[in-house]
Amino acid sequence: MAEMTAAGQTPEVLFWVGCAGSFDDRAKRITKAIAKILHASNTSFAVLGQEESCTGDPAKRAGNEFLYQMQAAQNIATLNGYGIQRIITGCPHCFNILKNEYPELGGQYEVLHHTQFIRELIETGKLKMKSDAPFKGKRITFHDPCYLGRANGEYLAPREVIAKLDAELFEMRRCKQNAMCCGAGGAQMFKEAEPGNKEVNHSRTDEALENNPEVIATGCPFCNTMMTDGVKNANQESDVVVRDIAELIAESADLLESPTS
Amino acid sequence: MIGQIIFFVLLGTASFLFARRIGVIRRNILSGQPWDGTTRKSERWSTMARVALGQGKMTKRPVAGVMHLLIYAGFIIINIEILEILFDGLFGTHRAFAGIGIVYDVLIGAFEWLALGVIVACVVFFIRRNGLALARLVSKDLKGWPSLDANIILVVEILLMFAFLSMNAADSIAQQRALDHYVDAGSFPISSWLVPLYAGLSDGGIILLERSMWWFHIIGVLAFLVYVTYSKHFHIILAFPNTYYSNLNPLGQMDNMASVKKEVDLMMDPSADPYAAAPETEAPPARFGVKDATDLTWKQLLESYTCTECGRCTSECPANLTGKLLSPRKIMMSTRDRIEEIGKQREANKGQWESDGKFLLGDYISEEELWACTSCQACIEACPINISPMGIILDMRRSLIMEDSKSPESITTMFNNIENNGAPWAFPAGTRGDWTNES
Repeated sequence: MAEMTAAGQTPEVLFWVGCAGSFDDRAKRITKAIAKILHASNTSFAVLGQEESCTGDPAKRAGNEFLYQMQAAQNIATLNGYGIQRIITGCPHCFNILKNEYPELGGQYEVLHHTQFIRELIETGKLKMKSDAPFKGKRITFHDPCYLGRANGEYLAPREVIAKLDAELFEMRRCKQNAMCCGAGGAQMFKEAEPGNKEVNHSRTDEALENNPEVIATGCPFCNTMMTDGVKNANQESDVVVRDIAELIAESADLLESPTS
Repeated sequence: MIGQIIFFVLLGTASFLFARRIGVIRRNILSGQPWDGTTRKSERWSTMARVALGQGKMTKRPVAGVMHLLIYAGFIIINIEILEILFDGLFGTHRAFAGIGIVYDVLIGAFEWLALGVIVACVVFFIRRNGLALARLVSKDLKGWPSLDANIILVVEILLMFAFLSMNAADSIAQQRALDHYVDAGSFPISSWLVPLYAGLSDGGIILLERSMWWFHIIGVLAFLVYVTYSKHFHIILAFPNTYYSNLNPLGQMDNMASVKKEVDLMMDPSADPYAAAPETEAPPARFGVKDATDLTWKQLLESYTCTECGRCTSECPANLTGKLLSPRKIMMSTRDRIEEIGKQREANKGQWESDGKFLLGDYISEEELWACTSCQACIEACPINISPMGIILDMRRSLIMEDSKSPESITTMFNNIENNGAPWAFPAGTRGDWTNES
């Protein structure tokens, strides 16, 4: 972002990468897939790089409102400093907090989850699918992220994007409004679970596996981690892959004609 | 005449007890913190119409939804009959509204069908609770009084409806025999099934049966009116204001604490004098987060009184489903228990609050429960009347962190990482953009 500003350019969108997308090895692959899609669709975009900082979501949900508001103030100063209007996020938690909780603190932007933006790219013809779709006819099940689905009522965008894969989508018993959490939200990702008789992510993965999917699609880096672990726990990692929708699209879209990154 | 006096005294007593208890509940609810529900009125009315009046979320579970609809319709419509009973009771008349003719026959017939519906639904509910023992209806949350409360309500409703039908059956026999005062009125599609049961009674026996069922029914209704205010069953009234004051924002939106914003603004303001004394006009700083029930907003306290302990929240909670201690329903029940306790102590102490050394946090709800929440909002989605147990959980975490600095060690590490590196993990902030150079 700093480089673009220095060169006098203003990007159409800011890609808010998020902490998982920046640091977690698995989530970085999702980030790169999103970046590939943005390049391939000739979207003018920028990332904040070192200037991005945690939105404060895990701190806030764990009860640390001070830390969250400090983070928010810092991020809002950065975003407003660059005059950012439109943000796409790779993570539903960043999406939710930027969209719903930053405005009151002075950060007003149009915020899109990456599946919403990918849908827009496909609808406007900026992104085309390959003729030999690699996921054609494959059994896919989609795990709704809480902070995209229930939190913000977005159930359609990820499904409409999956529809472009030409795969067969099998819904889980609990889906959309009734979807079960992967177990990572509310700062659970960063702590051990309380004593119980099962891990939440194992339970949710078992529900996904009831559909005998070849692919479990996700839209959140934390869900991705949880479901991947769940598949391993069920000893199904050789049969079932867990992929973010961005990764599925990056593999299926016609990225060759576009300029390389 | 003596009957009218007894009736008047009973009605007056029940009304007095009901009004007094409403006053107590109102005072308890309003002992909570401010919450603004004055905006977006038309959305509020339509939410109430859809969710409470229209039972929009109940039918998500079809069996319970349809059965509940029967009882709900029965309750609302049969109450028209109560108007006539009140009139008869006060003025010593019998079936005072019979004069409206065919409409009266249709109404009484409809009441009878609904009464049958209510009996069927209550029997089904009773079996689900005590025979089939559905997990959410026999959970440990309900041990003792809550479970008894639920069964009392079902049995009383069955008895009241049975009394209503028996009264009509006796009345129809009296009408056939053309006994004094028993005008020819009403239609009796269901109570006619009971006629063979009572047909052998003498004229005096029939009159006695009709009168005693009439009295049993109305005394039962008046007693029930008072009882519900002490019971989970109070949702029949509070569901309406509670849904009117529903959260209309996206479920994922958590409030920004204004008190914290003030502090952060001050910290971020380079021109602020760090040694300045706090302005004297300011109220003493409130507690950050929720430690006791009175730290909750009045809306959250209203939710606790509205909860009817159906347990749909708990049966959708991922923590509870995987055997953790957390049960969103229990959060609501503990909250109500605590605010009731605070209310009682206040009353005993002439309206003044003196700490009893207990808090909602710790004495009623444990840290273990609070930390098991994934903030997934499944409990809010599941609640047929838009209660948010999650809101209370997250507000109590705020108190744990900002007042008591109590958190699992790994959470403290996460906070430190965000503070030092701008990420919940211990990666240097300077490497945040490194992925752009990787293949």
